[in-house]
Amino acid sequence: MNKVQQKRLWEWLITSPSFTWLCVLFVIPTLIVFIITFKPSDPYGGIGTGWTLDTLKSLGNPNYPSIVWRTVWLSIATTATCILLAVPTGYCMSRLSKTWQQKLLLLVIIPFWTCFLIRIFAWKVLLHPEGPLKHALVGLHLVAPDTSLLYNAGAILLVMVYTYLPFAILPIYAAAEKFDFRLIEAARDLGAHQLRAFFSIFLPGIRRGLLTAILVVFIPALGSYVIPDIVGGPHSEMIGNKIAQRTFVDRNLPHASGLSAFLTLAVLAPLLAVLVLQKRKGIEEDPLIEEDA
Amino acid sequence: MKHSRLPLITLILVLVFFYLPIIVLVANSFNASRFGGTWEGFSLVWYKRLLHERDIWRALENTLIIAVGATVVSAVLGTTAAFALHRFASRIQKVHYVLIYTPLVVPEILMGMSLLLLFVAMKIQLGLFTIFLAHVTFCISYVAMVVLARLQDFDFSVIEAAQDLGASWWTAATRVLLPLLFPGIAAGALLAFTLSLDDFVITFFVAGPGSTTLPIRIYSMIKHGSPPLINALSTILLLVTFAAVWFSQRLTEEKS
Repeated sequence: MNKVQQKRLWEWLITSPSFTWLCVLFVIPTLIVFIITFKPSDPYGGIGTGWTLDTLKSLGNPNYPSIVWRTVWLSIATTATCILLAVPTGYCMSRLSKTWQQKLLLLVIIPFWTCFLIRIFAWKVLLHPEGPLKHALVGLHLVAPDTSLLYNAGAILLVMVYTYLPFAILPIYAAAEKFDFRLIEAARDLGAHQLRAFFSIFLPGIRRGLLTAILVVFIPALGSYVIPDIVGGPHSEMIGNKIAQRTFVDRNLPHASGLSAFLTLAVLAPLLAVLVLQKRKGIEEDPLIEEDA
Repeated sequence: MKHSRLPLITLILVLVFFYLPIIVLVANSFNASRFGGTWEGFSLVWYKRLLHERDIWRALENTLIIAVGATVVSAVLGTTAAFALHRFASRIQKVHYVLIYTPLVVPEILMGMSLLLLFVAMKIQLGLFTIFLAHVTFCISYVAMVVLARLQDFDFSVIEAAQDLGASWWTAATRVLLPLLFPGIAAGALLAFTLSLDDFVITFFVAGPGSTTLPIRIYSMIKHGSPPLINALSTILLLVTFAAVWFSQRLTEEKS
């Protein structure tokens, strides 16, 4: 066996296990979602034989546009709030000493590792009508005693920001840490105002981190299901809730697939947009995400 | 030069925002009050009550079986994947990279739903085994990313040095490369373990009768159960997570 063949064999040996696994349990299932959209359901909650367009017609359900709209605006609002908080946080972290950076990074990573059901539950307790936050707000006369802090879109937004903020801070901090802050000093020396230097030097400098942060918040936010399920009310459902409802309550897998196929397409759109954007800027050589966990 | 105080204030507020709910939850787990609205004295009653919840123990057993299995398999697959991605630059590796990377951003509900459909279409009985398959699937990507990051800082000249000194290829890999990379692999495995331990959404979709895991149990307790018990259980899980993060941080620090 010559060197080239040996190298090929070696590559095949260490590539095929993960490659095969992900093809079988990630790519094929994603394709199946699209196929089952065109299958009828059977009375036992399984998948029937033959083909049908019933699911596609069911997507015309008049309730759906409002649910889709709510999903999109909640995801956009979550992303915007996360970025607004993550940029100053990441900026501040990157300007501190190395020991402080390490400590703060740990504090940001801990929520990322913590079971997110527990973090949602913690908010449910805080926002509860008998909970401490309500007492405090009523005590300060900021809200009326009969206001509900739970079971509305505001609660969903708050908990989504809470859940996804670490995902936004990590890539922004990673980019800010590599940023050469002498550039800002140079801009200031040349007479740029502090804000001007921040917006036209710092933000473009960390644009890759920003883009990653937007993606890793916006895409998972579109698929939120547990957060609206626990802190949302009957009038603040998102697409994820409908998928779960079709799967577990109505046991209509083809309808659930149809909604999932729709969500998959919705998720692919921003992902492809970013890829195209990066290709055009010619910065495709380094990975899209710098994994910082 | 005058610096704006705004970033520092934001940082402090963000940290308070992160930890306030967790601190309230932990404090309430020691609160004798049933509803947690007011402090009625320190008590371990909820922890004692936990000991008698047989369902929780069974769920914990399931969770640990799956987490250990998924960690071992995904550590191996993730590490080989990271090596392949680092070592080779062929077209296959580009596809491979997309395969590894995409599961990190795909919403969990889509992964859960598509795996459920696969198992239903293949007529595979839902249970611990399907949960295990699902967990390995999302853990591979995290392990691969962590190990890949370590490989990028790795000085491969030590391998060449070992080979120049007469070590066979195999000896160089097992006696030099693996021990040096062990902290990275262990950190990846630790992340996989906590992710598997904590996963709810994907697990919920591919779980069958009798395969209730701890997060599924917690979910049904949030929906129908008593809050103080969840507080106590969450506090224990939080401790496990903190220990894992601390340990993983130490593993990566020693290298650098």
